[in-house]
Amino acid sequence: MTPQDTLSLQEFLQIDFPSILLAALAGVTCALLGNFLILRRQALIGDAISHVVLPGIVVGFLLTGSTDSLPMFLGALAAAVIAVLAIEGINRLSGVGREAAMGVVFTAMFAAGVLLLEQSGAGAVHLDVEHALLGNLESALWLEADGAASLLDPQALAALPDAAGRLAVVLGIVGLFVGLLWKELRMVSFDPGFANNLGVPAWALGFGLSVMTAIAAVAAFEAVGSILVIAMFICPAATARLLTDRLSVQIWISVAVALLAAVAGYLLAAFGLASFGLNADLSAAGMVALTAGLAQAAAMIVKRRRLGSA
Amino acid sequence: MDPGLFLSALTLQAGWNAAIVALGAAALGAGGGVVGVFTLLRKRALMSDAISHATLPGVALAFILHAVLGGEGRSLPVMLIGAAASAALGVLAVQWIARRTRLYEDAAIGTVLSTFFALGVVLLSVIQQMDASGQAGVASILIGSTAGLLFNDALLIAIGALVISAAALLLAKEFIASAFDSEFAQVSGLPVARLDLLLLVLVTAVVVVGLQTVGLVLIIALTIIPPAAARLWTDRALAMVPIAAAIGGIGAYTGAALSASGPNLPTGSLVVLCLFALFVLSVLFAPARGVIASLRRQWVFQTRVHERQGLLALARREPIFDWRTRSLLQRRGFLRADGSATRAGIVAAAQMTQDQALWNRFRDLYPDEAFSLPDWSLRPIGDVLPEDMVRRLRRDLTGVAASGGGATLPGARS
Repeated sequence: MTPQDTLSLQEFLQIDFPSILLAALAGVTCALLGNFLILRRQALIGDAISHVVLPGIVVGFLLTGSTDSLPMFLGALAAAVIAVLAIEGINRLSGVGREAAMGVVFTAMFAAGVLLLEQSGAGAVHLDVEHALLGNLESALWLEADGAASLLDPQALAALPDAAGRLAVVLGIVGLFVGLLWKELRMVSFDPGFANNLGVPAWALGFGLSVMTAIAAVAAFEAVGSILVIAMFICPAATARLLTDRLSVQIWISVAVALLAAVAGYLLAAFGLASFGLNADLSAAGMVALTAGLAQAAAMIVKRRRLGSA
Repeated sequence: MDPGLFLSALTLQAGWNAAIVALGAAALGAGGGVVGVFTLLRKRALMSDAISHATLPGVALAFILHAVLGGEGRSLPVMLIGAAASAALGVLAVQWIARRTRLYEDAAIGTVLSTFFALGVVLLSVIQQMDASGQAGVASILIGSTAGLLFNDALLIAIGALVISAAALLLAKEFIASAFDSEFAQVSGLPVARLDLLLLVLVTAVVVVGLQTVGLVLIIALTIIPPAAARLWTDRALAMVPIAAAIGGIGAYTGAALSASGPNLPTGSLVVLCLFALFVLSVLFAPARGVIASLRRQWVFQTRVHERQGLLALARREPIFDWRTRSLLQRRGFLRADGSATRAGIVAAAQMTQDQALWNRFRDLYPDEAFSLPDWSLRPIGDVLPEDMVRRLRRDLTGVAASGGGATLPGARS
């Protein structure tokens, strides 16, 4: 990374801005849904889905032979849907509980993905497991940017990474989902029995939430890697949950934490060591996730319960 | 994959190293299965997910310290010590969050999993820019690899796995007692809190020992898939232990042998896929809760209902329109193709009517018992109820017929 003193706005826009943008879009999308997942005790579904998309991505790549992201995106989405159905099916058939069914499905699908990757040689072309797990946020570039004016120039904006456009669309969909079904989602998350009595279809809302989670996880996963997805489903929403009792406030806090983690985490990764005089980059995805985790740790320490209280 | 190599690996003929790796994997699979039974019953199946991800920063820090202090390359024991230390911190963090904040345990697991793993990822990126040998070995614990494992390392893994299996088996009864009814176990003198802690220690041990073979992303399969499969074979907790151990041992052993039989066959993936194959077989064929067994039971149930209702209809001289009932009665020789009853059919219909009358009488007299009896009005009453009861019902029924109604048994409802 270039030392701080020579950093120009153009370089920042070309190299750093697209990464921050991806992290922020992915973070906010996941955080919005995370609020409901945490209330519904489904916090780990994001973890499961971000693992099962690997075989979907590999199969999408093998079928079309292209590293274009659309087939991989569709493959991942198909894998996520298969996983959600398989978890439900195994849970019903075996009665081992949803937790264990989730563990069975996501390890088996991830294992199949790794095996496919190694056997097909796809790893040599473009994909590899580490990349999928750890993310490669730094590789996002916006070479068309040549100044602040580019931010308003449609032609230059079109040259942003494809993933940014997709994430923006997904964020819009998720935002609409939460906004339009706000009352119902709130009711179902706090008191599904009461919601059912009022004629709100808790089952359909739960399924819709799962589908939204899958779409968000897939879109975010290909842009930022699975670790950031898992962290962003949980940490911002958990932080907000600790700080407020009102769901609307909680949502806004979670969005703010996700944005803060994206910006601060990326800057720490890119320039944190440079300020110690070391010429080295840290993993941006890891640092953003870690920042979100630290924000939650701070909230937990401030808002911890006294021992003995229920 | 090379079938010859696979066979020789399966029969431990593929060299000392491969043999030790396969035996170690078998012991690990068995130990993971046993420990997993208790975590599954205690409803903490995904705790191992937090533990496994929490090992990464420890492994990375241990590698960095080892390199900074002048150690050569990558040392498995040092990395495993680091893994155990940070996994223990992870466990404590999950418990602290679940107890001291308003977050539920799944959010606590997710928090620890993602934050510890993120720290590990950041440390890995530091390692990648360090001038140290053996960097590839650190990343190999993500998805596991036994290729190029030193003999001593393979032996360490095998012995560790054996110790875990033995410890878990020795305490099986105590673990099950505390998993099922922790309050009762507490009252009867079991140190439940200490057992819970010990269970987490054993899970951590499985994760740490299996890290190199299976990798940290997939290691949780060892403690989840075998017990989930065993659950399908039996409804008895104690019986789940040996079944899960067998499934885990066989799956992991086969997976390790498969992975030794050719290039680009990652050990962790194959172990997990073999375990999953055994799980699918269990879902299909297990006698207790398997799909095929349930379908068969359902088929038998439907056949009984069709036969009974068909014969009762015959006795009432009603026409039978249901296709399945007709073909069933025809195959039994109770019904002709034109829909009229045979002699045998008339006899069977009369017997069935009698049987149904007895069942109905039983229901009228003992509604609660009849309601809780799964075989009520399904099988011949003499096959289900004791002989004296049937005799009593029969006498009662003739009595009712003679007196024109009214119960004659003491305690009976009118």
